This record gives sequence, structure tokens and C-alpha cells, in this order.
Amino acid sequence: MFYFRYFLRYLRNEVFVLPSRAVVLAFALALGFLPLITQDPYVLRLVILTALFSLYAASWDLLSGYTGQVSLGHALFFGVGAYTAALLSAHLRLPPYATVPAGAVVATGAGLLVGIPCLRLRRHYLALATLAFPLMLLGLVFMFPGFSGGEGGIWRISRLAPSRVGEYYLIVGVAAALIAALWKVGSSRLGLIFHAIREDEVAVRASGIDAVRYKLLAFALSGLTAGAAGALYAHFTRIAGPSNLDLFMSFQPVIWTIFGGAGTIYGPVAGAFVLYPVLDLLQTAVPKYRMLLFALLILLILRFMPQGVAIWVRDAIERACPGCRVRNARFRRVCRACGASLQP
Amino acid sequence: MIADILVNGMVRSGVYAMLALGFGLVFGVGRILNLAHTAFYMLAAYALFALAGGGLGLPLAAPLAVLAVAGIGLALYKLFVEPVRELEATVLLSTLALAVLLQEVCHVLFTADLLYVPPAFPGYTSIAGVRVGHQEAAALGLAVVSLVGVWFLLSRTRLGLAIRACAQDREVANLMGMNVNRVTAVVMALGFLLAALAGLAVAPLFPVEPKMWSHPLVIVLAAVVLGGLGSLKGSVIGAVILAFAEVLVVFLVPGGSYLRTAVALLIMVGVFLFRPEGLFGAGIPEER
Repeated sequence: MFYFRYFLRYLRNEVFVLPSRAVVLAFALALGFLPLITQDPYVLRLVILTALFSLYAASWDLLSGYTGQVSLGHALFFGVGAYTAALLSAHLRLPPYATVPAGAVVATGAGLLVGIPCLRLRRHYLALATLAFPLMLLGLVFMFPGFSGGEGGIWRISRLAPSRVGEYYLIVGVAAALIAALWKVGSSRLGLIFHAIREDEVAVRASGIDAVRYKLLAFALSGLTAGAAGALYAHFTRIAGPSNLDLFMSFQPVIWTIFGGAGTIYGPVAGAFVLYPVLDLLQTAVPKYRMLLFALLILLILRFMPQGVAIWVRDAIERACPGCRVRNARFRRVCRACGASLQP
Repeated sequence: MIADILVNGMVRSGVYAMLALGFGLVFGVGRILNLAHTAFYMLAAYALFALAGGGLGLPLAAPLAVLAVAGIGLALYKLFVEPVRELEATVLLSTLALAVLLQEVCHVLFTADLLYVPPAFPGYTSIAGVRVGHQEAAALGLAVVSLVGVWFLLSRTRLGLAIRACAQDREVANLMGMNVNRVTAVVMALGFLLAALAGLAVAPLFPVEPKMWSHPLVIVLAAVVLGGLGSLKGSVIGAVILAFAEVLVVFLVPGGSYLRTAVALLIMVGVFLFRPEGLFGAGIPEER
């Protein structure tokens, strides 16, 4: 009873005071209850893929939006996760609860492997060096088709769960848990250090913080989550092919994240959940003009909301108190923390 | 064999050098990482195909195609890139979306089939026992002329002085009374012009298709950082190195056409291990 009242109070004082938090809660609940409303395999498939891409985008954002180490080769982690899970599943017939963590761990290793030589590089040099790695791996995949499946990819990957609803809860649950963990990391002391590294690395080092270690940590965390997304993707689509490593796969998280709003975790999630269904809708409505309209839509929206959709919406429904910087709902007259007047 | 490698390598060097020079100029002056740069090269090849196929003679079609591409590029820049120029991440995505947009426009108008532009200069000449196609020679000549032209513009004219000043320090150039935005627009137009010329040079040599921009984009990005961002000499030399590496791999390694991108990128990463700022880039001071 006490915990129930505590929970209600927490809900009222911490969640419902800000419209953005209420929206996030409603969104999470809607994801949880969706299979009770509809069991249409098409809708479930769409939401599963969107959830996987939002996890992938969030992992890119932790590395690039937070620490400012822009990676144009994120497909490396996604592809390494997918190929590891696929190889273990197809050749050794390991069950998914072994292959998915294995994919994530190998992708973490890939993150460290790429991160160490990239420590000396700055900004654009870093972006282009990371661009190289998945394309080099792609060349190797084509060179050894016997092991990697070559052009056709790897088939015969086991299913995650016997039913579509089971797959839905498994994948969306894992993705939501990992995104929540990334959000927690992003708003903790660690996230603060990541932000600081992006803004001014010299100042971070001058404050006695080992910037190198934190930059590598960002690479490892990002590789871990992107690898998990890749492994789940391989198990869900039941094929791991060269398209998991190509240039478009590297650009995808950039598209979702910048469209949603970089430097926040909800930005990439919002970006993926807005854009991916639109892309799918265009596919069924006007397949010939699908990418044309998609590119035009991105261009027009970025032209008018250059910071990203999620940040534009957040700034429309909330504002920061000029005195203490705490965020308040737009309709409040006085700040909820310090009581200062919010009237201009 | 050696002659083939030499001729092919030189033609590719010329094309990549034109693309890399335009890309490097745009980056140096506007701080814009223009992922759509090679899409304009594709657009020029299609424009030449459409205009030359539409009955115009080549001497008329080629300049028209170049001007049309530069005009379209400038209009798209003014519409979609300039308003968000201050936000680096947004520019990245906007230019990527522009590239996809152009690719899809060409896809819708011309389908995804491989198109072949008839060569403007058929035939070949033997130079010391090596057969050199006239078309290849013309492509190389075009590259040399445009590189020398850009060098002349940058080092011998008032506009070139303004461009170099803006590349060095935008704010001070602005304080000295230069219209920085207009200089940036001029440089963008110059970049599109160079990309369009490169497109004209390759249109009769390689098949024209909507996805032809993505491979040169990777090579150009690699060439520009290999040479060092901000150094035009470096971009051109980087382009030559990568072009010859690519041609060598394709000719000498069995199955090498799969590896051509990988080898170019391997060279870039290898250089980074020893010189993180590229071959001719200035040592990077700690930015504050």
C-alpha cells in the first residue's frame, strides 16, 4: 500500500508535470499493449523493425551525438552482430539466447578495435576513418563466399520465438530495456562527461578526467547495443547478408537520429518511429516514388526544424525557467522548482 | 597490361582529382561536408545523355549540361543547405537526402538500366606502341584544363584571393568587407561545375546509372582526407594515389573488383596510423 502511494506520488510529481515525460510513458504503455489490440502480423512486423532501428539509432547517438565522435561506419557493429549471430546459429545450431549476447559481445570487441586507432583522429577525419571499416569487411565477405555466404548471405537462422506475438514481446522488450539503459547512462554522470568531451575535450582533460578511457567506453557501449540490434535483426529476418554492412546501413542511424534530434536518446527513437512507418507506407502506396518522396520529406522538414523533430516539439510544449534552467510545461505561470515567474 | 594500367589509372586520376578538388574547395570555404557532391557528377552524365540524345549536337549539349547542373546545384544549395549551414549534423543529413533525391529523380526519369552515351571522339592513336583511345585522351585533357583553370582562378584573380581568405578565416574575411555568403555560393557553384565536368568526362567511358555516385563518393572522401582536409594539393595527390591503387587492384588481383573500395580505404586508414592529419594537412592544434 505504501509503495503504491509512493508510486502514485512519483507519477504525479515527476512524470505528469512535464508533457514530454507523459508522452514517453504513454508511448511505452502503447507499445506494451499493442498486441492486445491487434495481432495483425504486418503491424507487428513493422513495430518490431522500427524498435530495432530505434535501438540502432540510439546506439549511434550515444557515440556521435553525445561524445561527438561522428561515426559514418556504424554498420560495422550492426553487421558484426548480425553475422556473428547468424554464423553461430546456422553452423553450430546454438539457441538465440546464446547467439544474441555473443553477437553483442563480438560487436563490443569490434567497437574497441575500431576505437583504439581512431583515438588520434579528430572530427571529420574520424568520421571518414570509421566509414572505411564496414566497407573493408564487406570486401572480405565477398572474397570468402564459402564462409560468409557471399552475395546471398547466411540462411537457416533459428526463430526467436514460435509465434509472432512472442517475437514481438521479446524484441521490443529487449530493445526498450536497452534504450532505457542508454537513457539512464545518458542522464547520469557518465552522460555529462560524454557531453563535456564533445564540447571541449581539453577542458575535460584539464579537469582530471581520463578522456581517452571515456571515449573508448562510448565506443564499447555503442558497439554493444548496435551489435545486439544487429543480432536480433538477423534472427528476426532470418537472413544475414551484405546489405547489413553496406553504405546505406551506415547512413540509416544518421538519418533517424538527426531527423529526430541528436544528443538526446528520445530523438533517435522518435525519428525512427516517425520515419520508418512513413517509408513503409510509401512503399505500399507509391513504390516507384518511395525514396524520392522520402528524401524530399527529410529535406523539407529539416529546412524548417533544423534541430530535429523531437527537439522542435519539446521546445514547443516546454520551456526552461530563466532562473534555474529547470524545464516547465508551457502553460505554467511559475517555475515548479524555484517559484520564479515564467511570464516574459 | 602495363599500358592499360597506365591509361586507365590516368583517366581515373583525372576524374577523381576534379571531384576531390571541388569537394575540397567546398569543404575548405563553406565547412560543408557535401555528401551530394558526386550526385551532381551523375546528374551531369544523365543531362549529357538526355541532351545529346535529344538531337542537340555535342558541342551544344556539353556546355548546356554543365550550366544546367551548376544552376540546379546552386538552387538546391540556396533552398535546403544554406539555411541550416551552421548546424553540422543537419548539413550532413540534408546533403545525403539531396543525393538520394537526385538519384531517385534520375531513376524515375531514366529507369535503373545502364545507359551508354556514344563517344564524342571515336578511334584511337598509337603512342609508342600503346593504344590510347581518343575519348580517354579527351577526358584526361578536360581534367588537366580544369585543374589548371582552378589553379589560375585561385592564385591569380581577386575572386581567388577572396576564396582563399574565406577558407583561412571566415570572420576576419567578413570584417574585411567580403560578402562571405556570396563567396560561399560562388565556391559551391564552382564545385558543382567541376563535378559536372567530371561527369561529362566519364559519361562516354563508363555506363551511366542512378547508383553511379556512391563509389566515387567514398573514393573522393578518402582522397580528400588522405591528402589532408583543407589542402587542395593534397586532395589532388590523394585522388591520384587512390585512382592508381584502384586500377592496380582491379587489374592484378583476381576478384579484385570486389576489393577496389576496400583497398582504397585501407590505404587511407594506413596513412592515418602514421599521420592523423593526412599527407599535407596542417597539424591539428587542439581546437578550443
